Amino acid sequence: MAVTTLTGAPVAAPRRARRGAAVPYLLLVPGLLWLVVFFVVPMVSLASQSLQTGDVDNGYTMTWNFATYADALSTYWPQLLRSLIYAGIATLLTLALGYPLAWFIAHRSGRYKNFLLVLVIAPFFTSFLIRTLAWQTILGDSGLLAQIALRTHTDFLLTGFKEGLKAVGLINNDQLLFSPFAVICGLTYNFLPFMVLPLYSNLERLDHRLVEAAGDLYASPVQAFRRVIWPLSLPGVVAGTLLTFIPAAGDYINSVLLGSTRTVMIGQVIDAQFLRVLDYPTAAALSFILMLIIVAFVITYVRRAGTEELV
Amino acid sequence: MAGHASGDLVLSGVSRVYDTFTAVDNIDLVIPQGSFFALLGPSGCGKTTTLRMVAGLEQPTAGTISIGDHDITATKPYQRNVNTVFQNYALFPHLDILDNVAFGLRQRGVKDWKPKAMEALELVELAHVAKKKPTQLSGGMQQRVALARAVVNRPDVLLLDEPLGALDLKLRRQMQIELKRIQQEVGLTFVHVTHDQEEAMTMADTIAVMNAGKLQQVGDPGTLYEKPESTFAANFLGQSNLLRATVKGVSAEIASLDVHGIPMTVPAASLPGGASELWLGIRPEKVRIISEGTEAAGLNTLRGEVTDVSFLGVATQYLIAMPWGRELTVVQQNDGMPRAALGSNVCLGWVPANSFVLDASQDADAGAQLVEDE
Repeated sequence: MAVTTLTGAPVAAPRRARRGAAVPYLLLVPGLLWLVVFFVVPMVSLASQSLQTGDVDNGYTMTWNFATYADALSTYWPQLLRSLIYAGIATLLTLALGYPLAWFIAHRSGRYKNFLLVLVIAPFFTSFLIRTLAWQTILGDSGLLAQIALRTHTDFLLTGFKEGLKAVGLINNDQLLFSPFAVICGLTYNFLPFMVLPLYSNLERLDHRLVEAAGDLYASPVQAFRRVIWPLSLPGVVAGTLLTFIPAAGDYINSVLLGSTRTVMIGQVIDAQFLRVLDYPTAAALSFILMLIIVAFVITYVRRAGTEELV
Repeated sequence: MAGHASGDLVLSGVSRVYDTFTAVDNIDLVIPQGSFFALLGPSGCGKTTTLRMVAGLEQPTAGTISIGDHDITATKPYQRNVNTVFQNYALFPHLDILDNVAFGLRQRGVKDWKPKAMEALELVELAHVAKKKPTQLSGGMQQRVALARAVVNRPDVLLLDEPLGALDLKLRRQMQIELKRIQQEVGLTFVHVTHDQEEAMTMADTIAVMNAGKLQQVGDPGTLYEKPESTFAANFLGQSNLLRATVKGVSAEIASLDVHGIPMTVPAASLPGGASELWLGIRPEKVRIISEGTEAAGLNTLRGEVTDVSFLGVATQYLIAMPWGRELTVVQQNDGMPRAALGSNVCLGWVPANSFVLDASQDADAGAQLVEDE
């Protein structure tokens, strides 16, 4: 080989290459260990738990009891469906709020860009629980919203708003709090940063000359958005909706603090089965069902959006 | 607007002022329908701003822009029948080549967009990549797609913003010829912005030289090169030797000049009115190195020492030091005649009609360094 005659060290070169090639794998080891201990092991134990029978006092035995899945599904499908609907609505709302916000920060904020980004992340400086509790003081019967309406003599607007919500079933009586509306508000608020950040990083990279080119080729601003900006931002939209929808579907804090017995979500059911009813197999089975639904959803969604090559 | 053909692009009194900076300063320009027009100037001279105002991407702060009788100054870019080939091509990365080319047609609701887009792709010889994505093509191919995407709409005016800037030299030469061919084939008005004087001269019927937001001179490449009207034009388009001269006397035909004590003549008609202090300009290839004793009558002659000889292939470039210190550049065709040796004293001569004269109030080096910077 030409190389060996030139270097005069025919053996050293391949050995060094092999050692160099191993470095990336060595760097993976800590992460892989972490995943094995805290993801693979719990998953296997959860899977096996879901197929066992018995109770806490007398212990569990593996009986490959797939009936638990059928029972859990037939009993808790309303909560499961409700979780998906709430998470879906919240995701659409975060998208509707987050897209213009991300666009503004990326293209119109000038030197305030970093400051605005800090504001987007600022809620994370306080606890999830406290942030959610804050919505009780906003939506409560004598909360912030009601106070403002009263002081500004716009309570008729609030009443009208409530009538509208009642008509579509998002509140059940004249209370804003402890309703599907409140739960969705909480979910939307809590997961907004997860939508804004990926959208921002995508929109920030958008080449403004492409928008100019669309305008030059007879596209009005609305058409340029539909045919150029939106398709190019799909990777950001997909990332944002996944980061919002997946945790929102499994969330239970918002429903516990802002909902009622009529807004129970699947996360609450799993929580109760594990920690209060102590029916571990049902809880494990529900966890798996939720996971499978989400995985199926993600696969079809990413395929439909056709963004594999863009991500 | 009387007197202009229906599709002429007319800029009258157009200015663009940013906070404290005047990018374009009161430009009047008529670009005839169907012509290949080049806006030439160094970077920052306002040529791209002018182009963007025609495209509608910038608003002029004063003046009007019209195509034929239509005043388009206030219309939005998407309402103008003007298309642009952008400097970085700005192809839509999510669309394939055919959809990129068809974009404008489909926006306007053209029914048979597909055959028309394919026809445009055939024009630039890229029909075989119709289903590929822009990133799969080379720079030269993307450039041609960008051209097809604009040409397919048959705009009143097609704007090209330094379209060949990103290509390597050889490809750029090819594309210059290609662009010219396409322009002649489709017969559209092309307005081409460039800082490359050679590119402008190769392609354009008419060149407008711009500097510092103002038009310097507008004309066909030959006139601009042979009879520049400013030192900027003289230096920016090719090389010029400028000699300080004083007018000694003017007859009907001939004006006598004094150049550092040496008598010279120029045609009287070429004198700029009024000035007595002049720059006498002569292009390097117009100066001949002549053997002692063969000076023909009527030539302007100078003597100097050869200080540099560079072999350029088709020609040889000499630097000749003049007694007053400045160096003259002389380019001789390599036509088999013996070359002058370094350090030798030579006699230079040129035909008076081949020189040009400019008012000496201008800076002799205007535009010269700019060419080297680019």
